Amino acid sequence: MTTATPAKPRGLFPKTPKPYVHPYFGGMVLGIVLFLALLLTGNGLGSSGATSRIDAAIVDAISPSHVDNNPYLLKMAGGDKNPLDDWIVPVFFGALLGGFTSGLFNGRLKFETTKGPNISVRTRWLVAFLGGVIFLYGARMARGCTSGQALTGGTTLSAGSWLIMFSIFGSAYALAYFVRKLWN
Amino acid sequence: MQFPLQSFIAVSAANPWTYVLFGVIGFAFGFTLEMSGFGNSAKLAAQFYFKEMTVLKVMFTAIVTAMVLLFGAVGLGILDFSQVWVNTTYIASGVLGGLIMGVGFIVGGFCPTTSLASASTGKIDGMMFMLGGFVGAFLFGETEQYFTQWYNNAGYLGRLTLDQVFHLPVGVVVLIIVLMALFMFWGSEQLERIIGKKDMSHEPKLRLVGAGALVAVALAVVFIGQPSLDSRYAKLTFTRTVNGEPVTYTADQMLENRLVFISPAEAFKAQYNQSMNPIYLDVRSEADYNLYHIQDAVNVPLDRLTEVVPTLLSEPPANSVFVVMSNDETAAVKAWKTLSASSVPNVYILEGGINNWIAFFGKDDPQFQPNLNAGDDQLRYTFTAALGAGYKSCSPSPIEYEKLTFAQKIVLQLKRDKSGGGCG
Repeated sequence: MTTATPAKPRGLFPKTPKPYVHPYFGGMVLGIVLFLALLLTGNGLGSSGATSRIDAAIVDAISPSHVDNNPYLLKMAGGDKNPLDDWIVPVFFGALLGGFTSGLFNGRLKFETTKGPNISVRTRWLVAFLGGVIFLYGARMARGCTSGQALTGGTTLSAGSWLIMFSIFGSAYALAYFVRKLWN
Repeated sequence: MQFPLQSFIAVSAANPWTYVLFGVIGFAFGFTLEMSGFGNSAKLAAQFYFKEMTVLKVMFTAIVTAMVLLFGAVGLGILDFSQVWVNTTYIASGVLGGLIMGVGFIVGGFCPTTSLASASTGKIDGMMFMLGGFVGAFLFGETEQYFTQWYNNAGYLGRLTLDQVFHLPVGVVVLIIVLMALFMFWGSEQLERIIGKKDMSHEPKLRLVGAGALVAVALAVVFIGQPSLDSRYAKLTFTRTVNGEPVTYTADQMLENRLVFISPAEAFKAQYNQSMNPIYLDVRSEADYNLYHIQDAVNVPLDRLTEVVPTLLSEPPANSVFVVMSNDETAAVKAWKTLSASSVPNVYILEGGINNWIAFFGKDDPQFQPNLNAGDDQLRYTFTAALGAGYKSCSPSPIEYEKLTFAQKIVLQLKRDKSGGGCG
């Protein structure tokens, strides 16, 4: 046999992507990170709160009077409150940097679009944007997303978080058949 | 050392290290998600077609790992669970929000944090999802005012954990969830084999060892149990400033030095102090309470006190000061020990109890006759009728008692703003 096997990715900053870690290993590391966060700070992990805090900061910068007329924004950015002064904001930017670093060391830094085989790149962008709008709207309504509610609340045995977890997966599975063209 | 560390409980500019710590936590979070493949939307979406169960495996491995460690640490007394943020339960907005999130998940292919891992490695669909997220969160902020009543009240149950729902010990719940997760992992591998046509023969054998270790630790959590109130009481410390120097007292020393006993005058004046929100907890029997009680006092008989602890921990404003009272002090001291050991902040005892209150505010009331046969912690007065808070001295006139001098004992300790926990 002379067929060339693809070269194994090597080096600190490999050009070809390394394989992902085993899911159980990844999950174990994630669990330890979550435990340490809870142990040291009493807070778990999250990110969607930061999205709305960054939004609030932008609104506050453009139109502070709008903040004063909106009770939801007022809680975060009213008066001399700085909406960015919250634990979740450094977690958000840390997560961006952490994802980037992992991509760097594993050769996965690349401008590309991950999508199902039967849709165009533009369609994928559109539904990704739409999905983001819908997801974050729901996440703010539920007071947390898959990280803050399902993962963290699930760990601390919060009854509401387990309900939310089942709701997320329940509706995603129920809808999966109808949008199968997007992914298959 | 007691965890969580007080100095890291909330981010503040006064302690820049908090930014660093939360930044490092976020870094580890993003790094782990990316290395597990969560930056790839096709991999995430495959979960919902049973072809690849990575999402479920990673998520539930994380949950059960963190859970056994968390409740192990709580059981060993290293970590104070009442200081750990537990997402507040709102059934209505939680379920509807969850259903909406599910739609976003299957349409967009990400959840918020995975979109960060994706966008940061250059995936354009991840960036689009992130961008959409900012719009979605903005829209929520703009529309919340139209259903704010429903959003903040419907199905609100406060800090509620599964062990309370099912009336099971925490350790047993942890063990059940671990076994459930292992069963799901087994099921997932079957699905991947049958639907995803994945060759499972190369799966590492080490995962079986991991499963065994997880069950062993979960069993240990059941066996260790959760710390008793006595052991938590023994670990309590309080700080007071004496001559400009901070001094640390144990709970028993606080009682011996009478630092938690407040005079009737101070208990009364607290109502007119803007900085605090006094809540009077009357721990006597309902019969005594009906005979005479302070205006706005809540009757919680001593043997039912532990039932209200979760409410006291989560509901009242941060500046609440709890004043426990009995006829004299015996039952009130017991109540103080229970509440303090349960990490309820700012608990004080009415000095001399109701008897002392009456002696102070109602000494001239002709309706009271001294009860000479009263034993310890019994009412030293007899009443012609059970008027409850109907006597004049139950709500002393703020004008008549405008000037009262007392040695101030209350040192308000603001617990952290719980609304800042979770995802905000």
